[in-house]
Amino acid sequence: MKKGLASSKERARPQAPLWAFGVLIAVLIVLYLPIIVMMVNSVLVKTDTWHFGFDWYLQIWNDEELVDALVRSLEVGLISSTVATLISGMAAIALLRSRFRWAHIVNSLSYLSLILPELVFALALLSWFFVLKIQLSLMTVIFAHVTFSLSFVLMTVNGRLATLDVSIEDAARDLGASEMTILRRVIVPAVLAALASGFLLSFLLSFDDFLITFYTSGVGSDTLPIRLYTAMKVGLNAKLSALATLMFLLTFTLIMGLTKMRGLRQILTEEGH
Amino acid sequence: MLRIVNMSKNFASQTALADVALEVKDGEFFSLLGPSGCGKTTLLRIIGGFETPSTGEIYWNDLRIDQIRPQQRPFNMVFQRYALFPHFSVFENVAFGLKVKQVAPANLRRRVQEALNLVGLWALRDRLPETLSGGQAQRVAVARAIVNEPKILLLDEPLSALDLKMREHMQTELRELQRRLGITFILVTHDQDEAMALSDRIGVMNQGRLEQVSTPRDLYERPATHFVADFVGSMGSVHGECIDSEAMRLKNGSVIRGRGQLNLTKGCAAEAFVRPEKVHIGGNKSANEIYAKVRSVAYKGLHFELQLEVSPEQIIRAFVPPETMSGGVNVGDQIQAHFSPADTFLFERPT
Repeated sequence: MKKGLASSKERARPQAPLWAFGVLIAVLIVLYLPIIVMMVNSVLVKTDTWHFGFDWYLQIWNDEELVDALVRSLEVGLISSTVATLISGMAAIALLRSRFRWAHIVNSLSYLSLILPELVFALALLSWFFVLKIQLSLMTVIFAHVTFSLSFVLMTVNGRLATLDVSIEDAARDLGASEMTILRRVIVPAVLAALASGFLLSFLLSFDDFLITFYTSGVGSDTLPIRLYTAMKVGLNAKLSALATLMFLLTFTLIMGLTKMRGLRQILTEEGH
Repeated sequence: MLRIVNMSKNFASQTALADVALEVKDGEFFSLLGPSGCGKTTLLRIIGGFETPSTGEIYWNDLRIDQIRPQQRPFNMVFQRYALFPHFSVFENVAFGLKVKQVAPANLRRRVQEALNLVGLWALRDRLPETLSGGQAQRVAVARAIVNEPKILLLDEPLSALDLKMREHMQTELRELQRRLGITFILVTHDQDEAMALSDRIGVMNQGRLEQVSTPRDLYERPATHFVADFVGSMGSVHGECIDSEAMRLKNGSVIRGRGQLNLTKGCAAEAFVRPEKVHIGGNKSANEIYAKVRSVAYKGLHFELQLEVSPEQIIRAFVPPETMSGGVNVGDQIQAHFSPADTFLFERPT
């Protein structure tokens, strides 16, 4: 009996043939080879002969403008994702509880920036700043990043809220909890993982964003991607490879952290559950 | 004692409750029974404070409570899908109410332990709700409510998500728990067997109205309205025309006498109900006699179940002991059956 069960399990999940692994490895090489080449390039230094070294990284460290851009990027990322997480988190919770008839329309509308072409979004923001006579600066960049991050946080938090039994609020009320306690001890802890993944996701998007930043940044508010772009126009060199490698590693680490987190994994793998 | 006066509730243009009056005694196991959408859950939620009634008052020992918030009512609720806090362990779930009330830690731990022991789940105190089975989650939900020592425990279809075997087991547990705690339980259910098995008294609801409030036995033996007669148990019925408040005439002219309602007036459309175990094969001049065609015969062990067609769509069911079936009754036979007027319930048929 036990044996029969085991063999039926084997039948349900057959071993992948060897050639499938071959295909997988080939695809991975094609996808990642350029990145690997870039990384290797960033640690090769030519004096008399080629040798391994972190000279290019040291150059970045000594390049004040680049370090400034990096700091600015982190600043924009942290501020915009914090603001977006706060606004969207509150909005998601409020929309869930709302008896307001158009709540679901507000909800759908807020996903707009997910589907809107980035260039259209950038143009819209730019004309908005123009109409309001707002000087382009780091503030406008942050504002723009908050705007597109809102949707992503809302999506992650809504995904988690959808799996929550709405009567847990009534249950908490029944047990004597005040509305503030319910928010603090029941709702927020229940969506905390989703808030964290929404925050990380918007930080990543903000950190990597080029197009919208390009159109909304003013003089002296270049972020790292913008710096990289300007430098690339002048010419490719190993220093840029080192810079790109740094950006890749940071993004990669964050994404790995993100997929480890339950909130996002749930949304990515069990959408509509 | 819980007293509900003149209660009604409207959602937009829909009437969820109409003119409900009810008294639930201390220490009573009371059930609200009815089909889905009858307003039973709305009534329970109003008692708990989660809905506001459109009109009416609720009194708890002469204290008016319908204006106070659920947090302040001396009741606790077990929700339909348990509504456990997903990010809290079993212990923390049960401790939640006490923590909110700032009970001292040592005292809190003792009371949580008591409550979890009562439902046999102290061993699982560190587990998260998602790792529990339906029956275990159910018990945690009960423990989380009773740890607060409510005066009334409200239960909203607590067993509907469980499979049959677990449900029967939990029914016994609930009944024992209620006896041990001695507090009032108000249970909402659509399952009449459950209500019958557990309750001291049952309130049958239909379309927002309380049709009848009585003991399970009275509900079965003395249905007060057409709806109750139709809903509780499974009675057969025949249609006819009223003669007076205690008799009606079938289309073929034969007269059915029974326990009627005072509102039955000559000429109204009437329906007579009789329980299958009260129907006997053969004639009896002093009882109600019917002639019917046998539609089906099924052997059920204790008895044969016969479906007797008096006229199309009017079926009387009969449980016949095997020994009286010796003559043999076959499908298609035209037979005579009788039942006592004392076992016959006459009601005006709603249009």
